[in-house]
Amino acid sequence: MSALLIGIAQRDLRIAFQQKSELVQPLMFLLMVVTLFPLGVSPSPDTLQRIGPGVIWIAAILSSLLGLERLFRDDFNDGSLEQYTLSGVPLSAIAAVKVLVHWLVSFVPLLILSPLLALFLNLTLPMYIALLLTLLVGTPLLSLIGAIAVALTIGLQRGGVLLALLLIPVFIPLLIFATSAVDSAALQLPYYPQLAIIGAMLLLALALAPFAIAYSLKVSQN
Amino acid sequence: MWKWLHPYAKTENAYQLCLTLQPWLWVGALACLLIGSVWGLAFAPQDYQQGDSFRIIYIHVPSAILSMSTYVAMAVAALVGMVWQWRTAYMAMIAMAPVGAVMTFIALFTGAAWGKPMWGAWWVWDARLTSELILLFLYIGVIALYGTFEDKQQGGKAAGIMALVGVINVPIIHYSVEWWNTLHQGATISKFDNPSIAPEMLWPLLVNLLGFALFIAAVTTVRLRNEIIVREMHRPWVVKLAQKGEK
Repeated sequence: MSALLIGIAQRDLRIAFQQKSELVQPLMFLLMVVTLFPLGVSPSPDTLQRIGPGVIWIAAILSSLLGLERLFRDDFNDGSLEQYTLSGVPLSAIAAVKVLVHWLVSFVPLLILSPLLALFLNLTLPMYIALLLTLLVGTPLLSLIGAIAVALTIGLQRGGVLLALLLIPVFIPLLIFATSAVDSAALQLPYYPQLAIIGAMLLLALALAPFAIAYSLKVSQN
Repeated sequence: MWKWLHPYAKTENAYQLCLTLQPWLWVGALACLLIGSVWGLAFAPQDYQQGDSFRIIYIHVPSAILSMSTYVAMAVAALVGMVWQWRTAYMAMIAMAPVGAVMTFIALFTGAAWGKPMWGAWWVWDARLTSELILLFLYIGVIALYGTFEDKQQGGKAAGIMALVGVINVPIIHYSVEWWNTLHQGATISKFDNPSIAPEMLWPLLVNLLGFALFIAAVTTVRLRNEIIVREMHRPWVVKLAQKGEK
């Protein structure tokens, strides 16, 4: 069982690095959305600092919606998903591995990019540290919950906008707590409560989401 | 214990149950709504601060409360469908979804109309308003997901999962926005031991609440019957029903 899981992880990683453009495009999208805000709202450093955490988080959520679909799409199209279902290994474990790989290839680059975003939006160092921590705890949540919706819509031809419709309301609490943590950091206040709540949501999702993803995949394959 | 419920998994029995319940629900709903509304709008005393404009509470509060209960009812139906593999439960869930969405919309609309004279703005980003708006988005998501599937049975299951994901999120959303921003007046009738509303104002509100609940149930039974007929068109009993003419 673990051999199969490791094999899937290696295979997914290898495929991800072969399709570099698909990896880079959501990041470029993120960078461009963040660039729009100084142009559209105001380039004044104070304004940017105030809206910065929210802008980065909103851009991260939107760009994650773009990249999410590739989580199961290829496996669904070429039939490997059916093979996984038949393999005897719990589908929830396979789903968890795939989500982990997805997080590694799509959100870790975002974390690496985040200092640049913080620089663009004039965040102070304590704010940046808080932002990095919220991204670190919050983005796995995006992957986990997003995977449920992807699994539900994978069989549909026009799933793209629907995915956003389903997921954006569900991500709102994460956005609220994450930006409020960074705001607290800006005021030199402790932001562990917010971080702890995001962590609690992550643990809840970690416990339930793999089963929901597996069930949704079964529904999608009928 | 739940054995009496199981025959209704069959669509034909569910259809018959809807048919039996429907007249009672309609009569009850209309009676309660008529009594509650007339009592509340014409006879209940004026509020000492808000004057007559507080009377919109008789529409606003029932629709807001029931918009949330309807979502929970949808999630319960989805869970029943998932656990016992009932297609009828998914049909009931889908039958409820637009009714709940309309209730949410009514709550938002009356809230805006109430907010204008009281807060001086149609819309403010207050916690309760925001969570009600997000609830509307969740409803729209479920309805849209179901609508996209051509295979309605699969669509029902998918929408059911989404409803369950949403119901886990509703309390989280509620408390997150509450913590984020609050301007709305506190709950009026949830504290029954010491309600902050005069009894002569409270009674019509409770009657209207019951009326709204019965109304939602009545519309749901109509929609469920419709859904059953459409989905089971090929079944002999539906064919027979159609041949017998309008019933």
